[in-house]
Amino acid sequence: MIEKVKGRVIKLGDNIDTDVIYPGRYLPIIDAEEMALHALEGLDPDFPKKIQKGDIIVAGKNFGCGSSREQAATCLKFAGISAVIAKSFSRIFFRNGINQGLPIVVSHEAADMIEDGDEVEIDFTSGKIILKAGETIGFKEFPDFIFSILDAGGLIPYVQKKLATEK
Amino acid sequence: MGKTIAEKIIAEHCGKDVKPGDIVVAKVDVSMVQDGTGPLSVQELQKMDMESVVNPERTILFLDHASPSPRKELSNAHIILRKFAEKTGAYLSEIGEGVCHQRLVETFVNPGEIVVGADSHTCTAGALGAFATGMGSTDVALAFALGKVWLRVPPTFKFIINGEPKKGVYSKDIILYIIGMIGADGATYKAMEFTGDTVSNCSMESRFVFSNMSVEAGAKAGLIPTDDVTKAYLESRGRGDKYREIHADDDANYEKVFNIDASKIEPLVSLPHKVDNTKPISEAKGIKINQVYIGTCTNGRLEDLSVAASILKGKKRHPRVRLIVVPASREVYLNALKEGFIETFVEAGANVLAPGCGPCVGVHEGALGDGEVVLSTQNRNFKGRMGNPEGFIYLSSPATAAYSAIRGEISDPREVLT
Repeated sequence: MIEKVKGRVIKLGDNIDTDVIYPGRYLPIIDAEEMALHALEGLDPDFPKKIQKGDIIVAGKNFGCGSSREQAATCLKFAGISAVIAKSFSRIFFRNGINQGLPIVVSHEAADMIEDGDEVEIDFTSGKIILKAGETIGFKEFPDFIFSILDAGGLIPYVQKKLATEK
Repeated sequence: MGKTIAEKIIAEHCGKDVKPGDIVVAKVDVSMVQDGTGPLSVQELQKMDMESVVNPERTILFLDHASPSPRKELSNAHIILRKFAEKTGAYLSEIGEGVCHQRLVETFVNPGEIVVGADSHTCTAGALGAFATGMGSTDVALAFALGKVWLRVPPTFKFIINGEPKKGVYSKDIILYIIGMIGADGATYKAMEFTGDTVSNCSMESRFVFSNMSVEAGAKAGLIPTDDVTKAYLESRGRGDKYREIHADDDANYEKVFNIDASKIEPLVSLPHKVDNTKPISEAKGIKINQVYIGTCTNGRLEDLSVAASILKGKKRHPRVRLIVVPASREVYLNALKEGFIETFVEAGANVLAPGCGPCVGVHEGALGDGEVVLSTQNRNFKGRMGNPEGFIYLSSPATAAYSAIRGEISDPREVLT
């Protein structure tokens, strides 16, 4: 389980949809590294080049709305995005993020207090976002079941572990 | 305490009483992927060395998003799914058989069942009183292999829709009205239940539109109680024995209840680039268009083609407008042929393409050029949706779309409807 991530903030608005995160024309790609080359391309064709390893997305409400395409979560993870903080997430993106082991944080305050380019740190063990001025924002922990999926590193490893113990 | 439809169906599938917020592992009746999401599901199962399905007759792989395939990468994705079907016995719905959501309700889904699909519009089958919801490739891969899925029991929003819709107003306009009212995230994590006289008076085909678009408000499911209309639909499809009464208890607990007077709703249009950016047709009238698309899992059924054909009969598309019509399934296509609708479309200057998703998802046909404007009967108008972020997508009912194709600009169908 990832305990802490630190990175530069990419600030985005409300309703960042799956067609913007990962345009439908790239759906046939099944290699995650190749998917990453198109992350957020719908916002700006040069966006994928601007992402640096460790970057943290901070967005408004309804992040990941639209399609069920898991590629939207996968492309962000493999592009180097270390976490996504948003006021709220669409439910399918939320599931996909958890299943892919992409850390997801729901925080209303963060989106209002953090600016593009800020350096922030997320401490998952204490449930806190630490801003560059040292201020902290608490966030709600996941229900135990969801936490155990994340703790295992995603849904597949979680199920594998569970099946192994049942045997 | 009474139960909502979502609570009842989930409780039945996990063998215990449930309340909103509970996380449960539920049995899955029908699971499906399509050609844009399925190859990843197969890859996940291969990684786990679990390339098998527990319920092959009700595990369906749809080749619909790129059908027929326009390029080798997509053809290779199709090969992955065809091989998986061969190996596991899962049902393969080949190119041209239709859009997954239409095929699911035509052939596979029954009231009271749980359906999971790696496509967000899986909620369409909620109109048959089934708890149908979209998920990602990994979730559905595990539903294939294990026949189970984890679910958080959603709270329910109830929409009581009464009143007779005005001429030119269809279920598409009513659901656009609701999404415009509550917003694109207005029902996130919730189940929506649609009831009231307006809904009971709707055909099954019109009801699918409510359920189909519930995800555009963020909902997990869009549920409609079953009744004689549901029963007649199932009987007409040879599944009359699968009919069940599915409805909420009178004392069910709803997080919110909305009362909607359908008689007050005007024809609506969603403006780029958000579905909840809805405006009455009077405010969109006159916008010049380059393409009209009539089809999709939202509005590509026989009833939709019938309305469009009645408007296009004996008329021609505007010279500036490319008109594309895609029946939602092979069966819809055949019936439209028998009814003479296809002839009407072709005479009007339409391109009638193979059943499937068509231009909606921007993968294989009818992509927009830079700065071009389309009026479509689909459910989603996100930037880039139809293959080009420089395009502009407007959404409407088939009647509005058909009349606008003749006029070359967004037009009010009430001017021609009798």
